[in-house]
Amino acid sequence: MTRRSTWPVWAGLLLTVIAVFSYMAVFVNFPLTRDVPWATFLLFAIALVLVALGLRGAFQAGSSRGKKIVSSIGAVLSVLVVGLFVFGFYFGSRLPVSNGAPRVGQKAPEFRLSDSNGHLTALSELLTTPLNGIAPRGVLLVFYRGYW
Amino acid sequence: MAISVDPPEVSREHFRKANITFPILSDPNTETIRAYDLVHKGAGEGGRDIARPAEFLIDRTGTVRWVNLTENFWVRATPEQIMQAGKTLP
Repeated sequence: MTRRSTWPVWAGLLLTVIAVFSYMAVFVNFPLTRDVPWATFLLFAIALVLVALGLRGAFQAGSSRGKKIVSSIGAVLSVLVVGLFVFGFYFGSRLPVSNGAPRVGQKAPEFRLSDSNGHLTALSELLTTPLNGIAPRGVLLVFYRGYW
Repeated sequence: MAISVDPPEVSREHFRKANITFPILSDPNTETIRAYDLVHKGAGEGGRDIARPAEFLIDRTGTVRWVNLTENFWVRATPEQIMQAGKTLP
């Protein structure tokens, strides 16, 4: 009777941890893998397959109870890591409510900020200064996250 | 026009490369971002406060005519949506 090894459970657990750290260190820098963490989910999938394989080996006939318990713990830990990441990702990084943002019909708060050449520019100036001799009909204000 | 927390030099370089010519303003102390209630606390590099994405169309009286509080900064208002909103300007 061949005894299956349970190393895949630990490899799987290790991979889930690596997946989380790789997201934080690498994938978060690329919009493609940041906003929906495809790469991380893929690593999680591979990890969980490994865990399943390891569990299967652990629950083979003739395996010791200790092996079953320890492997089960490893499997639970792996699932926990995945669960924590998913929870943190989807519930921890929501955008603020911004209830105080000006609504349609309200006055837009005045501001005076430096443009890219260091010149101070006010909203009221932008609304009234003619562009190519034509008075502007309005201003489209776009707020960016920044840190390009 | 665009507002972000980046200092003028950073924005200028980025937009020069992208060949963008509308005014780009810097709000490093998030004063304006706070006035518009758009602060996303600690979401920037190094835990700094940044703006959550948002767009406002303001008419020449300074009144807001259209608002787009985007949930995802990838999902921007399309030019068509903005043109439609622009039609409501007096």
